Amino acid sequence: MQWDIVIGLEIHVQLATRSKIFSGSSTAYGAGPNTQASAVDLAMPGTLPVPNENAFRYAVMFGLAVNAEIGRRSMFERKNYFYPDLPKGYQTTQLAQPIVGPGYVDLDLSEGRTKRVRIHHAHLEEDAGKSLHEAVFDELGHSMSGIDLNRAGTPLIEVVTEPDMNSAEEAVAFARKLHSIVTSLGICDGDMSQGSMRFDVNISLKPKGSDTLGTRTETKNLNSFRFMEQAIAHEVERQMDILEDGGRIIQETRLYNGDRDESRSMRTKEEANDYRYFPCPDLLPVEIDDSFIEEARRSLPELPDERKARFREQYGLNDYDAGQLAGDAKLAAFFEDAVDTGADAKLAANWVQGELSARLNAEEKTVTDSPITGAQLGRLVTRIADNTVSSAGARKVFESLWSGESANVDSIIETRGLKQVSDTGALEAMVDDVLASMPEQVEQYKNEENPKKRKKMLGGFMGPLMKASKGQGNPKLFNEILVRKLDN
Amino acid sequence: MSISREDIEKVAVLARIKVDDKQVAALESDLGNILDLVDQLGAADTSDVAPMAHPLDAVQRLRADEVTETDQRAAFQAIAPATEDGLYLVPKVIE
Amino acid sequence: MHNKSVAELSRELESGRISSVELTQQFLERLQQEDGKYNSFITIAEEQAMADARVADEMRAAGRATAWTGVPFAHKDIFCTNGVRTTCGSKMLENFVPPYDATVTEKFRQAGAVCLGKTNMDEFAMGSSNESSFFGAVTNPWGLSSGEKRVPGGSSGGSAAAVAARLVPAATATDTGGSIRQPAALCGVTGLKPTYGRVSRYGMIAFASSLDQGGAIARSAEDNALMLNVMAGFDPKDSTSIDREVPDYTATLNEPLKGLKIGLPKEYFTDQLAPAMEEQVRNAVKEYETLGATVKEVSLPNAKLAIAAYYVIAPAEASANLSRFDGVRYGYRCEDPKDLMDMYTRTRAEGFGAEVKRRILVGTYALSHGYYDAYYLKAQKVRRLIQQDFASAFREVDVLMSPTSPSPAFIQGEKTSDPVTMYLEDIFTIAINLAGLPAMSVPAGFVDGLPVGLQIIGDYFAEARLLNAAHQFQQVTDWHQREPK
Repeated sequence: MQWDIVIGLEIHVQLATRSKIFSGSSTAYGAGPNTQASAVDLAMPGTLPVPNENAFRYAVMFGLAVNAEIGRRSMFERKNYFYPDLPKGYQTTQLAQPIVGPGYVDLDLSEGRTKRVRIHHAHLEEDAGKSLHEAVFDELGHSMSGIDLNRAGTPLIEVVTEPDMNSAEEAVAFARKLHSIVTSLGICDGDMSQGSMRFDVNISLKPKGSDTLGTRTETKNLNSFRFMEQAIAHEVERQMDILEDGGRIIQETRLYNGDRDESRSMRTKEEANDYRYFPCPDLLPVEIDDSFIEEARRSLPELPDERKARFREQYGLNDYDAGQLAGDAKLAAFFEDAVDTGADAKLAANWVQGELSARLNAEEKTVTDSPITGAQLGRLVTRIADNTVSSAGARKVFESLWSGESANVDSIIETRGLKQVSDTGALEAMVDDVLASMPEQVEQYKNEENPKKRKKMLGGFMGPLMKASKGQGNPKLFNEILVRKLDN
Repeated sequence: MSISREDIEKVAVLARIKVDDKQVAALESDLGNILDLVDQLGAADTSDVAPMAHPLDAVQRLRADEVTETDQRAAFQAIAPATEDGLYLVPKVIE
Repeated sequence: MHNKSVAELSRELESGRISSVELTQQFLERLQQEDGKYNSFITIAEEQAMADARVADEMRAAGRATAWTGVPFAHKDIFCTNGVRTTCGSKMLENFVPPYDATVTEKFRQAGAVCLGKTNMDEFAMGSSNESSFFGAVTNPWGLSSGEKRVPGGSSGGSAAAVAARLVPAATATDTGGSIRQPAALCGVTGLKPTYGRVSRYGMIAFASSLDQGGAIARSAEDNALMLNVMAGFDPKDSTSIDREVPDYTATLNEPLKGLKIGLPKEYFTDQLAPAMEEQVRNAVKEYETLGATVKEVSLPNAKLAIAAYYVIAPAEASANLSRFDGVRYGYRCEDPKDLMDMYTRTRAEGFGAEVKRRILVGTYALSHGYYDAYYLKAQKVRRLIQQDFASAFREVDVLMSPTSPSPAFIQGEKTSDPVTMYLEDIFTIAINLAGLPAMSVPAGFVDGLPVGLQIIGDYFAEARLLNAAHQFQQVTDWHQREPK
């Protein structure tokens, strides 16, 4: 049987405010446990919340960036449940009147396809603390959980989409796009490893073409694009197996273990959740007026879609390259730093997406942590373009820059002897010598009629030529001279 | 309106309050009486009446985004039932 | 000294006839000797009080004294006091010493007042008789001579009893459904519940957030005005606090009452009110007419629904407000929990008393799926109807007057068996909280040797007018000066 996959996402985005949503505690990551938990965050008796203006400003900026209606009058509600990382015994959140109403995001997919995913709404709420389960014991040696409430009260927007996605590819593309939007806006640091963005994926299957939605499951708390993709594949397969065996899907919340590619059901006890939402009586309705919205609109930076269009126009990049670079605000800035040195844009784009990205990935770094600056890469790219250094040589320069050996591209080329020889006279002499030393190969080449094979055989002379030039011969020129001499 | 034993048990779980059978019986009558009192609300005609969450028709003030709190962990944890290495301890949380 | 008012003590201190340290010692001694009869205090903060007194004397020496500098008083044990145990009348907080002050606490500290300790109260302010306190019932100083122990009312029963017994000249209190006015009435003292939002709720342990309001209990309206001068004002830490100028409430106490328009809500003078009580209240109203006021009947047609709306809204809010008492970060935790669920359910079963648990369960039920519209939403709509009733009444009159409670102080244990009977104690006070209006209870006579309170209700932020009306009444009557024997 053929199935349609239906996916909706709920995405928690931590807002990059300095202080928490309802208290003046710092939101900085990595402090000692409970050192950033104030009386309000700890729900000490009698303490009261006062909302952070920037949380609203950021939420409004987000709403504008996803073409959404802004909730002129929004309200906080209490969502009641007990959990040790939830100090008040309720989460202060928005339900009936969220700050961001319906909107949409357009996605670029593979093979030039595009898709519009509708956003149902986005609401402001407070994050919970963290429970640590490993190696915590009380004085009697009982195994305990440790609670750190530093994160409690960090502002979040929860973005809820319509079930508009039909594959893991689309869901991941949406997630990446959202990441790109919030980091471009500067309202979230986008650091997934620190939980700055977390994804809940709702998945259901229905017979191909059917109008009736199937029962859905929710896979919670995925914190990387890769895990999200794997979790969707895993859950689709699990549901398909059940349905094809004639079984039924149970509506439940599941946890996915990315390291083992396993999932399991979470707490589906007889105790059904009943969150008993009601308006929070400690907080009043928040009214957002035109001037607040206009001020937020004026502060909007260039958004990924606009940037992509500009990259195509201004730098002549193709759709894919423009999309990739424009999607990440920091990567885009790096690229533009490179181009600003006068470097060729296409070549710079190749290096940013190639060598640089590969290296960052390998070392699990973000572009912010790159030891190489955009300007340095720009100067390197310029030296490639003007034939001062070969691609192979350039990679060596890249290494030196990365290791911090030197910051100056030209001096690295000079001291490491990477300057390539482009003197045609000297190169021609080397070609003559090499060809003279390889008569059999020259003969074979001349007898070969298939141009593809001939091209391949040409490569056989390059090794000895590079050796003869101590790696400094310009490969492009060698190639031209070889072709000229052999084909005549 | 009466409230059933099952309702009381369910609500007690939601509220995380342990109740034994004897207490359930007493609560059945007490809560039933309170709900009878509350049922007078049904008599009011509230069509076209907007619910009132707050006495005053005011709107929320927003706070400037500034860090104003300092670390007071030692003071707060001095009054905690169980802590270790700066963490609050609770019986193991199983997800 | 113990019979003097705040205003008088302030003058004594100012004249230099007595120092704050001396005054505090005298009050502490008397408190320790006398309170065994009343149990009106949960904690006597002797050390802290002496330290406050020394600070007060220094403030005076430095020329920075206010009307309150060196004057002893007490806080209801619902206001958090840095370094002094704050229990809210509950086993849950039996050993809770907050490392922070409530805004109200801080304001009295800054004024240089001397806090002698924390007064007894119904657990988490839930009660009308002060019998639900984990620290034992409070005994009303009135009626003791007859050999019967009567309730002081609640939930601020400790504050009212302590003021009536001359243990302190004034005490803070809170009022969610009548918790200042009803005990003030039953103890023959003067109490003021301000407009919702007038006094900061920060650090005042929450019962029902949209109804709770801090206020004052003292013997006279003048002392209430002095209390409110300290307590009132905008607090950036409380989102529901109102940013509005605070007048000097003592400045208008002596305005004449000529032309004051008094409304008597007919729904508050029904057969639920004992005839002897009604007689006292009507006599008081006559006194106002002598002072130049005019009187007319008004109607609050939805007032009869106030108790029903209140017993949905207050428990619903309380059910969430009290979820933080979970044994994790502070307060009581049960012995040897076997798992997380066991810790929660036993901590809360053992830490909360019966009435608190009842209200949490009712509130949880009212908010739960399937009942929200029928109970919570309906109650909020009725709440608006009640508010509209008051709004139309205040288009016709300046203040409303009624009895504060349906009967005088009853004997301990008389109403504990049926929660609903107890709830009806607040039949005349509860609607005011739902509307968020200010109101006072003023001593207005006696029935069978027990005090009767006159409730005066004002429009929003009309505290000055209420205090003025009460003060003028107290200039021509002496009910507020009667002392229990």
